[in-house]
Amino acid sequence: MSIDVKQISKTFGTFKALDNIELKIATGELIALLGPSGSGKTTLLRIIAGLEKADHGEIYFHGKDVRTEETKDRNVGFVFQHYALFRHMTVFENIAFGLKVKPKAIRPSPEKIKAKVHELLKLVQLEWVADRYPSELSGGQRQRIALARALAIEPRVLLLDEPFGSLDAKVRKELRQWLRRFHDDLHITTLFVTHDQEEALEVADRVVVMNKGKIEQAGTPEEVYHNPASVFVLNFLGNVNLFHGRVEETKATKMYVRPHELTVSRNPISANSIKAKISFINPAGSVVKIDAQTSDGQLIQAEIAQEEYKSLKLKRNEEICLTPKNITYSEYDI
Amino acid sequence: MATRTENPWIRRTLIGIALLYLGLFIFLPLVVVFYTGLSKGLAVYFQSFSDPAALSAIRLTVLTALIAVPLNLVFGIAASWAIAKFDFWGKNLLTTLIDLPLSVSPVISGLIFILLFGAQGAFGPWLMDHGIKVIFAPPAIILATIFVTFPMVARELIPVMKAQGNEEEEAALTLGASGFQTFWRITLPNIKWGLLYGVILCNARAMGEFGAVSVVSGHIRGQTNTLPLHIEILYNEYNFTAAFAAASLLALLALVTLFLKSIVEYRYRAELKAAVRTENV
Ligand SMILES: Nc1ncnc2c1ncn2[C@@H]1O[C@H](COP(=O)(O)OP(=O)(O)OP(=O)(O)O)[C@@H](O)[C@H]1O
Ligand SMILES: [Mg+2]
Repeated sequence: MSIDVKQISKTFGTFKALDNIELKIATGELIALLGPSGSGKTTLLRIIAGLEKADHGEIYFHGKDVRTEETKDRNVGFVFQHYALFRHMTVFENIAFGLKVKPKAIRPSPEKIKAKVHELLKLVQLEWVADRYPSELSGGQRQRIALARALAIEPRVLLLDEPFGSLDAKVRKELRQWLRRFHDDLHITTLFVTHDQEEALEVADRVVVMNKGKIEQAGTPEEVYHNPASVFVLNFLGNVNLFHGRVEETKATKMYVRPHELTVSRNPISANSIKAKISFINPAGSVVKIDAQTSDGQLIQAEIAQEEYKSLKLKRNEEICLTPKNITYSEYDI
Repeated sequence: MATRTENPWIRRTLIGIALLYLGLFIFLPLVVVFYTGLSKGLAVYFQSFSDPAALSAIRLTVLTALIAVPLNLVFGIAASWAIAKFDFWGKNLLTTLIDLPLSVSPVISGLIFILLFGAQGAFGPWLMDHGIKVIFAPPAIILATIFVTFPMVARELIPVMKAQGNEEEEAALTLGASGFQTFWRITLPNIKWGLLYGVILCNARAMGEFGAVSVVSGHIRGQTNTLPLHIEILYNEYNFTAAFAAASLLALLALVTLFLKSIVEYRYRAELKAAVRTENV
């Protein structure tokens, strides 16, 4: 089902949490909502689910205005930032809840409910925790149970609020790939919130970058990464170095270069090369991270491949030359 | 745990003083109540309850509790729900008002109703014209009891509901539950121990209230006396055995309350703790 968000605004007191949000989501899309803390991600999700009322604007589900529809009739699967599992119910009862509260006429029989719950537990690979209480589960397990519970009502839309927020790096990575596969299988229109850029770029069909209640850019991971629409997006999607018109004397604007877009060499290789002294090297990781300082004290971050690092035999306090391979020009500060 | 460095004698003395105090002011009076009540034998003890005035007092006390407790249960849930889960203008005022009956003397609570419904009161003439008797009749007793006991449930529920927040209810709504289903299946089970705890305290106070009820009752024997008022009358008539026999009923109620309270309190604390824990995830 498609979702159409039109000119949504929301203020809390005098604070503008959402400012004229426009967003079109196609049927079956997997969208990442990316932004710093307090940028309005949760608020947007809650408005789509009907848990919060917008001050202005319209929401359409498949072309139908849903502003008058209550949350319970919108048929959205919502996974909360802190799971919100029912603490006094077992995992089984949690997942069965959405089916048990259906009106009698359309409520499945107890056998059907049981079968459905077990099918969902199998889907999230947690069949063996059916009789446990939420307090007896790990964070990652709670997360998946919350997802299974939301799926039980066969939602038209899936809204996930920082689904992997409070998990450790390894489990995050696993669940992230699992979500991608899961979405490829079921193809439910999905909107998930994250403030981890890597997660957004890796999983989503499209990334929506938010800042201070506004959408900065919406596009494929490739678009937002390689053609950032604003300095905010550029900076938010990874580290970046700022140069003040020193790389090419003719340009008076500011220039931004990502750490991996710098070539490191012993000697200058072009007119753009900058001399700097290595102040720190971190060789632990898939790439080697180098911090270097220019003669006037500017810190530049660079990333090079392990082989390159080995062949150059770099050491701390040595002089090197840094040459940009790709520059983003802008008149704005970060 | 901190290591004990203080003199063991200090500890023993303090514990000794506490125990002596408890014995003197709680245990001894309890013994006296039962001892005096039973001093003329079991036959006289039970005889005193078959007195029509005593029976009427027991009946009125039970009736009062049967009306006041359920009403305060509903009010307590509604008020604590509103205070814990919504932001609205005048919320602080409401919170303060709920505690009001605990901070004013029960006599004042009683007088409020005299001022409202008494012959010279605000609604007195109107009530008189319509032949409705409130003051010096059971309605005033019930009203005064409701007034003095209405903080009991709300006070226990507000912290539990505050700690639990709204998320589970919102989750239920997204899963298609109606407001009623959400309340019945999510909110109520989550607060049940706190609620029970409040109800026990509320009931104990409703049955034992003296001051406010005394002001509005008129002390009409067999008609407007509750158990505590009945005891006072018997005592003033030097009928000690009957007075203490009736008092032993209230003492028994207190013991049962204490027993239930300690069982429920344990579960209630667990509920509160669980709520705080999940909130911090
Ligand atoms: N009920 C509310 N009352 C007042 N202010 C609120 C309310 N809900 C959200 N806000 C404010 O709106 C802003 C956006 O909040 P929101 O929860 O949408 O941010 P977020 O992008 O989800 O942040 P995070 O990544 O920290 O979860 C915040 O500044 C927050 O303080
Ligand atoms: Mg949020």
